[in-house]
Amino acid sequence: MWSALKRLYHQLGSPKWFYEITSRWSPWFLWIGTALTLVGVIWGLAFAPADYLQGNSFRIIYIHVPAALLSQSAYIMMAVAGLVGLVWKMKMSFVVGKTIAPIGASLAVIALVTGAIWGKPTWGTWWVWDARLTSMLILLFLYMGVMAIYNAIESEEMANKAAAVLALVGSINIPIIKYSVEWWNTLHQPATITLTKKPTMAPEMFIPLVLTIIGFYCWFAVWVFARTRNEILWRERRTKWVKSLLSMGANR
Amino acid sequence: MSHLDKQKADNALPSLLSGQDLYCERDDRVLFDGLSFDWHKGQIVRISGANGSGKSTLIRILLGLSASYEGQLFFSGRPMKHATYDFRNALLYLGHQVGIKTSLSPEENLNWLCPQANRSEVYQALEKVGLKGFEDVLASGLSAGQQRRVALARLYLEDKTIWILDEPFTAIDKDGVAQLEQRIIEHAQAGGLVILTTHHQLAVDVEEVALGEFTSSVHATKHHETGEAQ
Amino acid sequence: MFASSSLMALFKRDLLIAFRNRGELLNPLMFFLMVASLFPLAVTPDPKFLGLIAPGIIWVGALLATLLSLDLMFKSDYDDGSLEQIILQPQPTLLFVLVKTLLHWLMAGLPLTLMAPLLGVMLALPEGGYVPLVLSLLLGTPTLSLLGSIGAGLTVGLKKGGMLMPLLILPLYIPVLIFAASSVQAGIDGNTYTGHLAFLGAYLALMLVLAPVASAAALKISIAR
Repeated sequence: MWSALKRLYHQLGSPKWFYEITSRWSPWFLWIGTALTLVGVIWGLAFAPADYLQGNSFRIIYIHVPAALLSQSAYIMMAVAGLVGLVWKMKMSFVVGKTIAPIGASLAVIALVTGAIWGKPTWGTWWVWDARLTSMLILLFLYMGVMAIYNAIESEEMANKAAAVLALVGSINIPIIKYSVEWWNTLHQPATITLTKKPTMAPEMFIPLVLTIIGFYCWFAVWVFARTRNEILWRERRTKWVKSLLSMGANR
Repeated sequence: MSHLDKQKADNALPSLLSGQDLYCERDDRVLFDGLSFDWHKGQIVRISGANGSGKSTLIRILLGLSASYEGQLFFSGRPMKHATYDFRNALLYLGHQVGIKTSLSPEENLNWLCPQANRSEVYQALEKVGLKGFEDVLASGLSAGQQRRVALARLYLEDKTIWILDEPFTAIDKDGVAQLEQRIIEHAQAGGLVILTTHHQLAVDVEEVALGEFTSSVHATKHHETGEAQ
Repeated sequence: MFASSSLMALFKRDLLIAFRNRGELLNPLMFFLMVASLFPLAVTPDPKFLGLIAPGIIWVGALLATLLSLDLMFKSDYDDGSLEQIILQPQPTLLFVLVKTLLHWLMAGLPLTLMAPLLGVMLALPEGGYVPLVLSLLLGTPTLSLLGSIGAGLTVGLKKGGMLMPLLILPLYIPVLIFAASSVQAGIDGNTYTGHLAFLGAYLALMLVLAPVASAAALKISIAR
């Protein structure tokens, strides 16, 4: 078990291996993700019953919730990738961390925009300082900080390390930020309707949500793979295997 | 005497500082590849090479300030990773920027840089580098050369085996150069190891490490020069 | 023994430099004062309204003033090569970072804390707010210095570091801001605020352990450029 893990770790550290294995995995993730999301969204939009309080407007959760969830876990993934890179000096790990940052930030934007769209019929205004939306906004700030580091530092190696340190500091603070924002929210405005009321959800509403969440995770993997593969090709552009790969593509 | 000492030191094992198969590239350019060395007590090592050949980079790798290289470094036969504390305890480093605060006097600067030295030692050292009478003038009133001399006073104050000096002769006048050279030779004779980068030819035999043979492409040179100057 | 002597030497050196350039110590305080006086001009001088927003204004002002002074934490040491000498000391860099953070707090956080009651008077802060204001600043500003040292470490070698720093650090300041400002509010409302202060204390303890590790790592990354 341990030796298998160790082997996998060393393989993951090799850009060539990563490139080859993800080119096999990507289609699977893409199709499974698309199928799950389609089923989930169609089910959720057309067949799930309307919410007794919010009517049909609640159906935006089939995009809002997966995006919000994924954006949060993406930050943790980015921090873990940074930690692996810093501690075990694994370069591939930095590449993955770097590719996650803009994806996670876009997911946070999607969550905020869908949240605002949802807010309009629910609260009658586009923006309310709801605890979850506020946390999401701060998460977006944290993402922007990490991306700003990548932009500001010219040396790629240094930028990767610096961003990893910041992502780690951010990930330690995320639970504290979330806790304090929630506490602040109950203090100032006891919300009548919270955005995601999990326990009271009917199964017909809940199952499609789970499907879209899994589907989004698959899409996320495809997205990360694609960006990482691009980055690998660029970094390894002078190696033999990339050159032969490119000439093969040109001959085809 | 000095000859005997040197021989004794050369035979002593293990070497003080050694490198195995060092490889470093920057901006798509190989700075050195397969660089190995074995430096002993009593040696003076001169790292030479054109601008941009990676002299400062090698120095920073030796110091442990840069980790972007492959290969192995050893201090007293132990891998550097496990010997950092001892190495730094034995190290005196003077870089391009020497860490002199302009709002402090030379004496106050040395109080920080060499906390274990007492007042009369500091005064003696300052006298040796030609700063007698400047002990309590703010460093902002000193010339660039004089500010560097304040840092050079550390060479008389600290009891460290390994000296790593990056361009120590910069901005120093003729007399100062001769005196500094003398101090470097003394230190090597007393069993120290001096590693320096300079274009100045020293009056004694030195171990040469010439960088630059590995630079194959020229297109990046200009870019790198500006990088190194920082 | 040696460790403490070189740490003490750094502490003494920086105190001496601060004393020589003591005019600069006033800058964050002046900034704090000016930010606070902008609000009555921009909103309304009505004491009732000012009293309502005073805790928030004072805390946001303290936060921004701290942020402004962070840039100086490692900058001059980086420029003149002292930072290399510090990192090349045999002792762990995080000890030196702790000394630097303590110095930053002594020169920014502590004076801001002492000056805050004056701003409270200017902004018609209700009576119950003064004690929690000073206590929350006393517990909160060291955390701001600690978190700030990470941002200062990450941006020390960058020319555009001054603009980058708020982006990196401000989101991390939010928990301190929330609990500190509401402790003042609780004091004004006559409620207990020990819970708020306990949170600030716990957060300070956590960051006292974690932040120096992160900023020492950040400094080593910055200096490897």
